[in-house]
Amino acid sequence: MAEIILDGVRKSYGKVEVIKGVDWKINDGEFVVIVGPSGCGKSTLLRMIAGLEAITQGEISIGDTVVNELEPSERNIAMVFQNYALYPHMSVYQNMAYGLKIKKIPKDEIDKRVQRAAEILELEEYLDRPPRQLSGGQRQRVAMGRAIVRQPAVFLFDEPLSNLDAKLRVQMRLEIKKLQEDLGITSVYVTHDQVEAMTLGHRLAVLNGGVVEQLGTPIEVYEKPATVFVAGFIGSPSMNLLDAELDDKGGAVTLAGGAKISLPEPLGAQGGRSVTFGVRPEHLKDIGGDANSLRLSLNVRVIEQLGADTLVHGTLGENGTELVARLEGIRAMAPGDVLDLNMAAKSIHLFDSKTGRRLG
Amino acid sequence: MLKRVHYGSSILPFLLVAPQIIITLVFFIWPASQALYQSLLLEDAFGLSTEFVWFDNFADLATNKLYYDTFRRTAFFSVSVAGIAMGFALVLAAMADRIIKGALTYRTLLIWPYAVAPVVAGALWVFMFDPTLGIFAYALNVIGVDWNHKLNGSQAMALVVMASAWKQVAYNFLFFIAAMQSIPKSLIEAAAIDGAGPVKRFFTVIFPLITPTTFFLLVVNVVYAFFDTFGIIHAVTQGGPAKATEILVYKVYNDGFVGLDLGGSAAQSVVLMIIVIALTVIQFRYIEKKVEYS
Repeated sequence: MAEIILDGVRKSYGKVEVIKGVDWKINDGEFVVIVGPSGCGKSTLLRMIAGLEAITQGEISIGDTVVNELEPSERNIAMVFQNYALYPHMSVYQNMAYGLKIKKIPKDEIDKRVQRAAEILELEEYLDRPPRQLSGGQRQRVAMGRAIVRQPAVFLFDEPLSNLDAKLRVQMRLEIKKLQEDLGITSVYVTHDQVEAMTLGHRLAVLNGGVVEQLGTPIEVYEKPATVFVAGFIGSPSMNLLDAELDDKGGAVTLAGGAKISLPEPLGAQGGRSVTFGVRPEHLKDIGGDANSLRLSLNVRVIEQLGADTLVHGTLGENGTELVARLEGIRAMAPGDVLDLNMAAKSIHLFDSKTGRRLG
Repeated sequence: MLKRVHYGSSILPFLLVAPQIIITLVFFIWPASQALYQSLLLEDAFGLSTEFVWFDNFADLATNKLYYDTFRRTAFFSVSVAGIAMGFALVLAAMADRIIKGALTYRTLLIWPYAVAPVVAGALWVFMFDPTLGIFAYALNVIGVDWNHKLNGSQAMALVVMASAWKQVAYNFLFFIAAMQSIPKSLIEAAAIDGAGPVKRFFTVIFPLITPTTFFLLVVNVVYAFFDTFGIIHAVTQGGPAKATEILVYKVYNDGFVGLDLGGSAAQSVVLMIIVIALTVIQFRYIEKKVEYS
């Protein structure tokens, strides 16, 4: 049980800085997911917490201890790797017991812990087998078991599900969530998959270019993305982001195509600048809408029927900006149609074009 | 398997394999069969008369105490050479595997000895350890070791073992480092998190995982010590003093070309042939057993 505190953490490889100052506090028992595109530094950050990468600047504490100078083994952590990293020459039992043996824990205690972990993870039948005789999901579970038996203060997961097929991934995702809740161990989980991020984490940290763009609960990140990057990264299909001008009074925006939309809550002082106007595809409706809702008209280009939803790709005006709408159910329409869309005022997002920061 | 129909009845496939087959026939099969035939003959020292004696040459070998001594000497020699060459290479590879900066330079330098011809390597060691001229011999004298491998059989043996092992270290190093680098990094990291220090990691994770390579190298090194060290021994000791460094392959040369006992020498090469065939079979068995890392 421990909290993790990162204070001004930076990492450089020579002159290239990959982590550009991360400050955050992960509470005891919390499940934090680091999500971001590949190359954003998320694995590096996790490996710095694990002690597998040196910290260039700043401080990382686990519990009450600053761990900057501690070896990975002294940090009281357990890590699950993307490729599981099971020892191929040892049986499942030996794999789980390896770390405990090194810690010189008595044999009967080791046995008790391994049996208990095997029970939780339903691996009892496989304890004598070498990893190569197990399926992907079972190997994943052994890797989890190896982490559990150590009874660490912190679990670190480095994209543990990305080598599994889609169906198994959903199942293991649930198992990890349940396990973390049962054990209540502080966990940091790295993924590039936003569904994993949204479903697993108590909080997510959206990382981009070595900077934490936003740290918040999944719903906060979805409803109030702090930056254009977060807005575009979280959500599928991703948010429509359009260039627009905010008028001097901050009361209305004019889209590149010419459409003018007045804002329900004027932004006042922040007026008179270029902005990025964002609306999620699922918040665009072609039916309903009251007097207060904002309106757009879409020239339909491509239609994707997903069964549950229909994705409509089109442009604003004849050759304007591209836009996607996600409409519920199956829709009959054809390319070339003009679709009237409306959206609730509260579902629009405005970002400063220069800084990418959220306005209002 | 390619189907026959791909080639039709053309002679092209035969032409394509012909060079390899011709080379094998001329340089391997023919000399080998000559040796087999010769081992059944008894020839006088002047080459004037030849008698077909069936297996008498082999029977002589089987009862010859000197031959058994040579056998024991060769076993000691090969085990020492393989052990030292592999041990050294393993340590060097384990170190090289851990460094990042300048790794390429370090590795390139370590590979050089392999490019040195055996006789040149032998000459090099003879110079360094020459009892009157050699710098190492001088240094050993200073610390109180009376070095003279021209008179002292054990010292001569030590010298040829060192020279032979030195040349083979580079080869072993290459294979060991390749094997170590093919172990996924995350396995080593997992062991580090599990609390294993570098030494513990080496013995519990790295070494077990490179066992197939170690087996393979063991066979290669034994074959090397049995056959390819002729040049070194010839340059350093000529099998002396008093046959102290005469191993099987050197005895074949000595008995055949110096002692002119062609039949007995041929019989010895047949025995060596059987040994190398056996070793090759073992080697192929292990080379096919690939490791699965993940």
